[in-house]
Amino acid sequence: MVGITSYGAYIPRYRMDRSIVYKAMGWLNPATFMRGEKAVANFDEDSVTMGVAAGIDCMTGINRDEIGAVYFATTTSPYKERQVAEIIATAFDLSSDIRTADFGASLKAGTTALLSARDAVKAGSAKNVILCASDCRVGKPGSAQEEIFGDAGASLIIGDSGVIATLEDSCSVSYDFIDHWKGDGQEFDRQWEDRFIRDVGYKKFIPEAISGVLKKCGLETKDVAKVAYPCLYAGDHKVIAKKLGLDPAQVQDPMIDKVGYTGTSNPLLLLVAALEDAKPGDNIVIVSFGNGSDALLFKVTDEIEKIRGNRRGVKKHLDARRELMSYNKAISFRDTLPIEKGIRGEIMATTALSELWRSRKQVLGLCGSKCKSCGTPQFPPQRICVNPDCLAMDQMEDYRFSDKRGALFTYTADNLAYSTNPPAIYGFNNFEGGGRFWFDMTDVDLESVKVDMPVEMSFRRKYVDEEKGIHGYFWKMVPVID
Amino acid sequence: MAEGIKDKVAIIGMGCTKFGERWDMGSEDLIVDAFKECIEDAGIDRKEIQAAWYGSCFDEVNVGKAATPLSIALKLPFLPVTRVENFCATGSEALRGAAYAVASGAYDICLALGCEKLKDTGYGGLPEMANLMGTKNRLIMPGMTAPGGFAMMATRYFAKYGIDPDEGKKIMARVSQKSHANGVKNPKAHLRAEVTEEQILKAPMIAWPLGLFDCCGVSDGAAAAIVCRADMAKNFRPDPVRIKALQIAISSGEEMMYTKWDGSYVETGTRCGARAYEEAGIKNPREEISLMEVHDCFSITELVTYEDLQISPRGKAGDDVRDGFFDLDGKIPCQPDGGLKCFGHPIGASGLRMMYEVYKQIQGKAGDRQIKDPKVGLTHNMGGFPAMNLISVCIAGL
Repeated sequence: MVGITSYGAYIPRYRMDRSIVYKAMGWLNPATFMRGEKAVANFDEDSVTMGVAAGIDCMTGINRDEIGAVYFATTTSPYKERQVAEIIATAFDLSSDIRTADFGASLKAGTTALLSARDAVKAGSAKNVILCASDCRVGKPGSAQEEIFGDAGASLIIGDSGVIATLEDSCSVSYDFIDHWKGDGQEFDRQWEDRFIRDVGYKKFIPEAISGVLKKCGLETKDVAKVAYPCLYAGDHKVIAKKLGLDPAQVQDPMIDKVGYTGTSNPLLLLVAALEDAKPGDNIVIVSFGNGSDALLFKVTDEIEKIRGNRRGVKKHLDARRELMSYNKAISFRDTLPIEKGIRGEIMATTALSELWRSRKQVLGLCGSKCKSCGTPQFPPQRICVNPDCLAMDQMEDYRFSDKRGALFTYTADNLAYSTNPPAIYGFNNFEGGGRFWFDMTDVDLESVKVDMPVEMSFRRKYVDEEKGIHGYFWKMVPVID
Repeated sequence: MAEGIKDKVAIIGMGCTKFGERWDMGSEDLIVDAFKECIEDAGIDRKEIQAAWYGSCFDEVNVGKAATPLSIALKLPFLPVTRVENFCATGSEALRGAAYAVASGAYDICLALGCEKLKDTGYGGLPEMANLMGTKNRLIMPGMTAPGGFAMMATRYFAKYGIDPDEGKKIMARVSQKSHANGVKNPKAHLRAEVTEEQILKAPMIAWPLGLFDCCGVSDGAAAAIVCRADMAKNFRPDPVRIKALQIAISSGEEMMYTKWDGSYVETGTRCGARAYEEAGIKNPREEISLMEVHDCFSITELVTYEDLQISPRGKAGDDVRDGFFDLDGKIPCQPDGGLKCFGHPIGASGLRMMYEVYKQIQGKAGDRQIKDPKVGLTHNMGGFPAMNLISVCIAGL
């Protein structure tokens, strides 16, 4: 039966206590007050990079050659036209004979992509589909959205062998219900009155979808171990549980006070969290909310024990946190606050797209070469071996560096180079197994960096050419999360 | 075995502008000023120049590409003129082109002139590299600057020799302090102020562990040399300075992509120094070199260069620095003119500026900073980053 064969997640390291947001902007609208903290993407992260990170976590121990499709769900794609799933597939270093698709336009796109993946596998058109959902939504300063939105990604592989949780059935309800929207060219979300959203949409569609899927599966509320649905309104989140007759222990923590509401990735992130604690035989329901609702019911199998603890998932990412204390920094990261970059910072070289095409495997996939003659891995790929005692010509095979750890050979923290999060920290990575190159380093401050510290590679946004609408991606060093 | 160019070429005239933030002058003016002093010093008629080499690195900032800026500024009468560029060692490349042309017998008298106008960018430091490093490198190289590139060598140097960064910063401070003291004595220098260790250590951090005073000046300026066949040099002046060696070495990619290099020294500098000593017949540089002008773009560069050039043992340059070995009154004065640190660093001119000092010192014409009876001077000009660079070493004497 078709279901989940692997899961992964990504939560950015930066967390911001909402009191910092409130202290900065609460004067405008005191009713926006919310407790807890939210995950904030670093300046070089966006929905694409978080999707890649979640996918890499999900592919731990998985043979990448067996993936037949990449689906990506987001409402915050950096491109209106340029498929992100293709960027992600290249970052994963997958072969080109796969299917790719982006899902968007609604916060239920994550579950829609999941259902489409199920359909593809069921129909036999793809053996394994990796699905990444990620959002990096920007709330307008002083808005309730600014408080509630959090950034995160989640990833699943849908297949039909080694299934850890079978997708038993689903129920979708679809309505042109406009609770919030973003017109073409609009930077921020707009939304209608909360009472309308809550009473006409949120409290109706979610129970409708949950009841629908339970009915289809011939189950009752008491048969379900966990139900995960988004928390837009803390009080009404509880009301829904009560309405359905759910015991509080059956309700999956929506992590609103730890991560925030993460848009398309939200139901999948909650699913990953539920799977981390699930026992074989558990029924888990996940629900999305956006122009209606999708409810999906999973049954956990014995296979779950095989991957438990092998992934960072939600738990380890939650633990790997750094506090972001500056509200101004957070809104600068999202370009909500225009900052003085200086003339040096404004200089933007043209991205040669023909070069990027030619070099896509090395730029997006961090693929180098390995000398078949002496075994030396090297990045970027070379035609003549860099080992001075070898120098073999055209004896190279592809070699992927993105999944290799390394040791920080040397580093600096540069205040002259332009960075949105100065100082710019960069250095050399001596990769385990050989190979060395220089990379930017991120998610660190100077005090936490030491020569020889273990590092791994993280797919990040390297630059944004605002004038030409190009978002450039490459890999940076980050400290290893254990 | 190739015989090299030892004693085949002599420098018979040199010129150098005042370096600094020359808001009043463009490259054409700087070129003319350096040329004027040079030709007067050589005492030759400009019609005797048969070919010229022009060095400029960040030409995009000011006069543009090719050799035409030099040829047109000087109204060279349809001479063969070549423009050279090799990062911050560009000036030495101009000298090398001219010297090798003379050594080959193709010409008797050639001009080498290097010029850089850096202060038209609108911001501090060298021009931003994003546009200058090529279509692929800009996609994969870190967003780095020159101080950051060299700071990484300081990090390695400290780690390798177990030097606490605070102690390391003190050693580097002593290197810069010495150059500031020398720069005060040089009317053409960009920065002419003594600084205390405390000032250096408390200065703003540019790229950890390098602070403001660990970095050289970013300057406008030009420098020039007239070279001729050594056997005819005394026809022009009694004290021509002969080139004993002129070598360059370029990174192979090994430092950046292969894990053998330990990052605490410069591979090219080490190899280039050894080649230059061999060409010049120098067996014991610590005893035979009278003065040095090395590429002190950053204090750490100067420190490791002492070791790369076999003056100080590996890891021990700090001891020599503390002992004043490289001070103006030390055993081997280094940067008597203030170096890149204080004379300043107009990229295309720097290699020739180093030779200008060696030339003046050997002729005994270095004014307040004249050292006693120097015989052999060495210039060491580096371009790029420690992990990817080129180095030019030139040795000259009577």
